Amino acid sequence: MKHGRYPFIIGFLIVPVAIYSTFVIAAYVQAFQLSFTNWRGFSPDVSYIGFDNFVKLFQDNTFWKAIQHHILLLIFLPLLTIILALFFAFLLNVGGGSKGGRTQGVWGSKFYRVVFFFPQLLALALVAVIFSRVYSSDDSGLINGLLNQLGVEPVLFLADKNLALWSILAVLVWQAVGFYVVLFSAGMGSIPTEIYEAAALDGATRGTLFFKVTLPLLWNTLQVAWVYLGIAAFDAFALVNVMSVDRGGPDGATTVLGLEIYRNAFDYAQFGYASAMGVVLFFLTITFAALTLRVTKREAIEL
Amino acid sequence: MTNLMSSDSPAVPPETAPRPGSRHSAAASRDKREIKLFSGFAHVALAIWGLLVIAPLIWVVLASFKSNTEIFTHAPFSLPSQISFETYKTAWTEAHVGRYFLNSVFVVAISTAGTMLLGSMAAYVLARYKFFGNRFIYYLFVSGLAFPVFLALVPLFLILQNLSLLNTYTGLILVYIAYSLPFTVFFMTAFFKTLPNQIAEAAIVDGASHTRLFFQVMLPMAKSGLVSITIFNIVGQWNQYLLPVAIMQGAGAEKKWVLTQGIANISVSAGYQANWAALFAALTLSILPMIIVYAFFQRQIQSGLTAGATK
Repeated sequence: MKHGRYPFIIGFLIVPVAIYSTFVIAAYVQAFQLSFTNWRGFSPDVSYIGFDNFVKLFQDNTFWKAIQHHILLLIFLPLLTIILALFFAFLLNVGGGSKGGRTQGVWGSKFYRVVFFFPQLLALALVAVIFSRVYSSDDSGLINGLLNQLGVEPVLFLADKNLALWSILAVLVWQAVGFYVVLFSAGMGSIPTEIYEAAALDGATRGTLFFKVTLPLLWNTLQVAWVYLGIAAFDAFALVNVMSVDRGGPDGATTVLGLEIYRNAFDYAQFGYASAMGVVLFFLTITFAALTLRVTKREAIEL
Repeated sequence: MTNLMSSDSPAVPPETAPRPGSRHSAAASRDKREIKLFSGFAHVALAIWGLLVIAPLIWVVLASFKSNTEIFTHAPFSLPSQISFETYKTAWTEAHVGRYFLNSVFVVAISTAGTMLLGSMAAYVLARYKFFGNRFIYYLFVSGLAFPVFLALVPLFLILQNLSLLNTYTGLILVYIAYSLPFTVFFMTAFFKTLPNQIAEAAIVDGASHTRLFFQVMLPMAKSGLVSITIFNIVGQWNQYLLPVAIMQGAGAEKKWVLTQGIANISVSAGYQANWAALFAALTLSILPMIIVYAFFQRQIQSGLTAGATK
């Protein structure tokens, strides 16, 4: 067994580690380094300017706008998605009442699950293109076309400052719900039916079943869902980049950090500044994930 | 992490055998009415969401057959006045959807294959061999899961530029592989750890080399895990937008664009040319293959994509 062990280990690791170090590790390390420079990409002289980029960032209005948008997405994307997904998953799994003493899903639950999940398979960029047409402010849009038939004035979903971000949020929810329906369904499926039966024998209503049995036993899955959706709320780049008016508009009403990083890097060649934003985004994401796991920590219920 | 085997089981609740001895009491008929009501309500709620999911997709397909005037003047779900594939021809040739599609297939085929090969090689060694630095390398890979790709965007651009890999398939493929490795290594390491030792030992006794042991014994045993993560990577890489947009830029880049990038761009230019029907045709062409693949493999796809969250 000893024979040829180290050559084998090195042989198997060298290519993956090399590729990974070059394109991932080196990139992340350099990002921190660049965030302390004023480098603009083309000039050969790079000087370290300490925390100047960060000071500038904290005085930048657009940055704070983006942060506000992330906070809004961070609250409503997980909340809406999880509530809807839990609701549908519960209906799918125990909506059919009980037969022979065991609760069962509604008729056709498999079909619903297949349909609900499909948007997850579509690229966000593609979804963004579809919905920029759905939201179109004239009669060619799906929603305004329908509203027009009802004689309602067109709604400027993406051009109205107060509506644009909510319209984008709705698309994120539209895409995400199915994934979490499947995830929660799997979790609910692993809850032994005996527990439901026992609770039902004790006269528990569906509401009690849901809040006292399903929810506590699903806690770990919910936690994972919240972290995933939170991380998605820090992204939203594809949707905003494709859907929003003037990329991040109208008047900065939909901009997100990812878009600002992209723009500062590739439109303005502000490499140092863009990297500083990336560093802030990193700390925000990691703080969010750590906080969520901390705050929502509960004793896992062993079955 | 503890319950590995459950992660690749289908997302359908396991069927348990019907249980005898159900209770029949006076309240049974009242219960039944309540259940019927509830079940009716459940169907309505589920059907509404199902409609919300399907409606935009049907609308896209219908609009792809309409003329521009029809799109503006007719009701959204009206049938097109005639079925003509002219818009599809425009989308395929003039808007280059065909090229973008094939580019995506090419890039994802190579990068997913590369990810799976390199990822499972690394994971296998990290899972089953003790050596100095093992934990360090493992955590190096897993730490990649904690960083947002946006943080790496600028340096990645510079690294590719220095290696003359900017705006090349090689660069894009290497980057896809590199950024898919953390999750692949994380998942496959956990998977290889669950495989039994006896078979590996028997193979060694029979004189198999470490390399042969991996390719001919361990990889086939890890098939279910490999399938899940392969699907996960195919979908993830196929849908990638940020990386190609950052990497495939510069002179002549349009020819090398992948589908997501290409469609997003058609969406912009369709606005200038007011050729919406072609955009809808392009969208239909990119959604249709997903529906077909999904129809055949929906169970595997669902479990593959949720694999990451169920651990």
